[in-house]
Amino acid sequence: MQAVPQNWYLLLSTFMFCIGVMGVLLRRNAIIILMCIELMLNAVNLLLVSFSSYAGNAEGQVFVFFIMVVAAAEVAVGLALLVSIYRNVASTDIDILSKMKW
Amino acid sequence: MLTLILLLIPLIASILVLFLKGESVKWFSFFATIVQLLFTFYVYSVFQNKEAAKSLLAINIEWISSPKINFNIALDGMSLLMVFLSNLLMPLIVLAGFNRTQERSHIFYSLVLLMHFALIGVFVSFDGFLYYIFWELALIPIYFISLNWGGVNRITVTLKFFIYTLAGSLLMLFGFLFLYWNTNLHSLSWFDLTVNHICSCKQGFIFWMFFIAYAIKIPLIPFHTWQPDTYSTAPTQGTMLLSGIMLKMGLYSLLRWLLPIIPNGVAEYTPIAIALCVIGVVYASVIAIMQTDLKKLFAYSSIAHVGLIAGGIFALNMQGIQGGMVQMLAHGINVVGVFYCADIIINRTGNSNINSLGGIRLLAPRFATYFIIIVLGSIALPLTNSFIGEFMLLFGIFEYNSWAAILAGLTVILGAVYMLRMYQKVMLGDLNENVTVFEDLKWNEELVLATIAVLIFVFGIFPKPILELVEPIATEIFKISFVK
Amino acid sequence: MTQTIIQTSNLYLPTLLIPLLPLLGFFINALFGKKLGHTSGWIATAVLFGAFACSLFLFLNLPAGGSETITISNWFYFKKIFIPFAFLIDPLSITMLLVVTGIGSLIHLYSIGYMHHDEGFSRFFSYLNLFIFFMLLLVMGNNYLIMFIGWEGVGLCSYLLIGFWFKNQAFNDAAKKAFIMNRIGDLGFIIGMFMMLFYFNSLNFDVVTIGALKLGIGNMTIVYITLFLFIGAMGKSAQLPLYTWLPDAMAGPTPVSALIHAATMVTAGIYMIARSNVLFSLAPHTLDVILIVGTATSLFAAIIGLKQNDIKKVLAYSTVSQLGLMFAALGMGAYESGMFHVVTHAFFKALLFLGAGSVIHAMGGEQDMRNMGGLGKFIKITFATFLIGTVAISGIPPFAGFFSKDEILATAFEHNKVIWGLLSFSSMLTAFYMFRLVYLTFSSSFRGTDEVKHHIHESPATMTLPLIILAACSIIAGFIGLPTILSHTHLFKNYLSSVFAQSKLILPAGHEMSHSMEWILVGTAVTLALVSIAFAYQKYVMQKHVPAADQDLKGLSKVVANKFYVDEIYNTVFVKPIMLLSDLFLVVVDKLIIDLLVHAIAFITNQIGRALRLLQTGHVGFYMFAMVISMIILLAVQIFVVI
Repeated sequence: MQAVPQNWYLLLSTFMFCIGVMGVLLRRNAIIILMCIELMLNAVNLLLVSFSSYAGNAEGQVFVFFIMVVAAAEVAVGLALLVSIYRNVASTDIDILSKMKW
Repeated sequence: MLTLILLLIPLIASILVLFLKGESVKWFSFFATIVQLLFTFYVYSVFQNKEAAKSLLAINIEWISSPKINFNIALDGMSLLMVFLSNLLMPLIVLAGFNRTQERSHIFYSLVLLMHFALIGVFVSFDGFLYYIFWELALIPIYFISLNWGGVNRITVTLKFFIYTLAGSLLMLFGFLFLYWNTNLHSLSWFDLTVNHICSCKQGFIFWMFFIAYAIKIPLIPFHTWQPDTYSTAPTQGTMLLSGIMLKMGLYSLLRWLLPIIPNGVAEYTPIAIALCVIGVVYASVIAIMQTDLKKLFAYSSIAHVGLIAGGIFALNMQGIQGGMVQMLAHGINVVGVFYCADIIINRTGNSNINSLGGIRLLAPRFATYFIIIVLGSIALPLTNSFIGEFMLLFGIFEYNSWAAILAGLTVILGAVYMLRMYQKVMLGDLNENVTVFEDLKWNEELVLATIAVLIFVFGIFPKPILELVEPIATEIFKISFVK
Repeated sequence: MTQTIIQTSNLYLPTLLIPLLPLLGFFINALFGKKLGHTSGWIATAVLFGAFACSLFLFLNLPAGGSETITISNWFYFKKIFIPFAFLIDPLSITMLLVVTGIGSLIHLYSIGYMHHDEGFSRFFSYLNLFIFFMLLLVMGNNYLIMFIGWEGVGLCSYLLIGFWFKNQAFNDAAKKAFIMNRIGDLGFIIGMFMMLFYFNSLNFDVVTIGALKLGIGNMTIVYITLFLFIGAMGKSAQLPLYTWLPDAMAGPTPVSALIHAATMVTAGIYMIARSNVLFSLAPHTLDVILIVGTATSLFAAIIGLKQNDIKKVLAYSTVSQLGLMFAALGMGAYESGMFHVVTHAFFKALLFLGAGSVIHAMGGEQDMRNMGGLGKFIKITFATFLIGTVAISGIPPFAGFFSKDEILATAFEHNKVIWGLLSFSSMLTAFYMFRLVYLTFSSSFRGTDEVKHHIHESPATMTLPLIILAACSIIAGFIGLPTILSHTHLFKNYLSSVFAQSKLILPAGHEMSHSMEWILVGTAVTLALVSIAFAYQKYVMQKHVPAADQDLKGLSKVVANKFYVDEIYNTVFVKPIMLLSDLFLVVVDKLIIDLLVHAIAFITNQIGRALRLLQTGHVGFYMFAMVISMIILLAVQIFVVI
């Protein structure tokens, strides 16, 4: 069943993760940042699934489910926050959202 | 099982009291503490029967498997003594509040009973982690008691007290973790720790972790500055709890969790510990001489007395250890007595400065009699409860170093100086202009003071049962902690 | 060591009753005193007479030279040390028992009259009973701890009784001073007990004695033990330098001064040393110290006594002086003579104090002798008995004081001529100031106001009866100890011989003094006393000299009248520095150093927080950047740095 070499998975997930990181660091729109975080999580998920299949045990896949559940919750909360912020300041630019300091 | 019941009575009472209102709160709390006291007598009778005691008193069930933490409670002579002290003082502390009005009294008494629960927990836990939980739990109710029902400046003072003791606890937690990872058994059970000592090279380090935690709680010089302020600011019942029982946690822990667990570390640093204790005795006594605030004077006198107890314990000989245990009981009773007397005076006159009091004996002769008995008890006159303890402690220190004993023995003189000076200024002489009316004792006050006075004489004249109660465990601790 | 033998001895019950009766009296008076009114005084006196009867029973039933230990319980034990609650009945304790209960009951009787108008009548008697209880524990205990209970207990009662009129803060100060001075001595006593526990593992008199004998003469351990015990005795028996409390203690009611501060409590130190005589005999250095301290005290107090004008103060200094004489006797190893003087002194000094009380009673509270004079005409019984007491203390034969004092002086002559000279001089001074007291008080004409003069009356029978009995005793008590020149049997010495037998073996035996030498000594002593009496007569009766008012004093007499400023010196040297130290500790160490450190920690934490919060810019982008950079650093550390 091992049609695709393991390395490819590693490379793909590394790429996805780096894209996520760069997105988080460079973009200013909070929604895109949230999406990039999802991207990073999914990169990790991919890695877990591939290793799970490589090692032949299901524990990795169990963790993937955990992460998916948590990610879903996180997105729900995050988006709700963003909607609420947008209603107040009519923007989701994180440079404007800098009031949360001491 | 019996120990668990002992632990649960105050907890349940503390929850139930939340649903009550008005005077019934006090009556219920009083009832609960009396039940607890009577139950203690029953436990004592069981304890006398050595065979039955083991199975009835100890509980050891696994609580968390990794790290290995057991719900391990038991009773030995020393635990029983401390439980007895707590349960003896609790009804008095509750009774002391009968003619005082307090806002939200159901919460107040709930906290007092919760504190009682935590204190009993500390004294019966034989697992380090469980002990630590109770130790910290005891801090929470007293924090709220002082914060909500205290006097002026309570926020600053309580914060200082809280952070001081919390810092100590943190060190102790660290010590326990260190201990856990460095014993072969990876267990914090007292029975394991006393048998398997960790490498003596690491004991010195743990000694300081534990010692500072206990030195803050006891308190020893120079970790004492939270105490006078806290004692004078906290509501009287809080002060009685703090001085009567909570500070015994520190002394008890020295005997339970320091001496037998890291004997080499203790042996190594005992000169420093004794020096601190003995200096503390003289230092606090000297300060007490010139104190004008009644509660602060008693606070400093208490520092001197507990310094002596700790000094005797660190002398690491049989009479010091046994005397320390006996004296914990005596000091608990006496200190509650003096603080209650102080409260009666302050409550009646609205004044705590001894220079603007005087002649109270003319107006309240009964109160004066009880007060002098308690004063004499706390300066360790023979045939009062603290004499035997003080004698043994000083003898313990004497065996360690005769000069230290002479220095610590100054407490005999200085104690008389500050106590009699206080009594003279407050009670004797002609009436001070600030004291025009002073009602003699009310029924509940008289009951509390009479009980204390009787206890002072009973334990002073019949010290043998107490000495025999703690003798086996004192011998055990002495044998474990004796390092050649 | 730990016998639990139930005593079947016929002495058991009376022994038990002796301390229990006063204790019972105390409880009755303390609890029901208010309801009993003046009956309480009679109850207190009755229990004491009961105790006296029991003591007499012991005296008559104890076989000569025997001793009996009555164990009541094994009080407590720790380690291998057992402390029994037990009483030791032997000639020494019986002597003290008879003195304490006998004189005690007379003084109780006297107090019924003296305190009749006082509000605290029943309180007074409850304290007195309590005092007797503790005093009996002190003399009956068979180990040092029981003795110490009594020792501290009598100190407490002394405190309560000196400050009996507690509205007066000066009296309270005196009471407090007495208690604290005693406690200084008590610390010495405690340390002495620790040493005994440490070396002998016991506090029982017999065990300690055996242990000490094993160590031998001149062993430093015993020297230290005895020195510490002697510090205890200094405090309790008002010796230099701890004597200053005793004159102040005269603030208490006069019967208290007679009972506690003359006849019984202050002799506890002498009793204690006599009780531990073997220990002290084994420590010649300590004996020398005792001799020097005793002699110095005797002289010093006698000199101060010369210039006192308060009738009770004179007697107080005379007591200190006589106690010094007793200690000097002990210091020479003449324990019997010391105890003999304790007994005779108890009689005449109690008599003198009670007489002074009767005078004060007649004068309506006046104590200054400059306002008295000529009282002999008004209060004849008091005068006569007082005169007997004075003659007795001055050492005129055949009154009691002569025999006991002569014995001590004779021993001193053998021991050291200088000591003999000093003690003789002090006796001479005693005779002088005592007759000065008598002349100023009783002879010539009345110097007070007419109002007071009108009030003067003889005391009631409850007061005069004890005076008469004590006067009789002061006359005859000396005959129990006739000197060798008059009789071959010294009854008192023989009675106590078993107690001091071992000491006699240890101490170097004194050679028998020739009779002619002894006659010469007696003659000298009596002559000196008569000369000083004559001198006092010449000055205060012939010249009608009246001591000057305090402010008119100059030079040496001012220094003496102000008691050599000892109190002031103590105040500057000890009290003030401690107070200063107290403030210093509180303000500098507690508030400044320790709290500064604590606050410094809080401050530093605060500042770090203040600095670190600048990192919280609020820019999400910055946070994320920081996160990523940190992760990269962590990874780098993980990969490149080997931990």
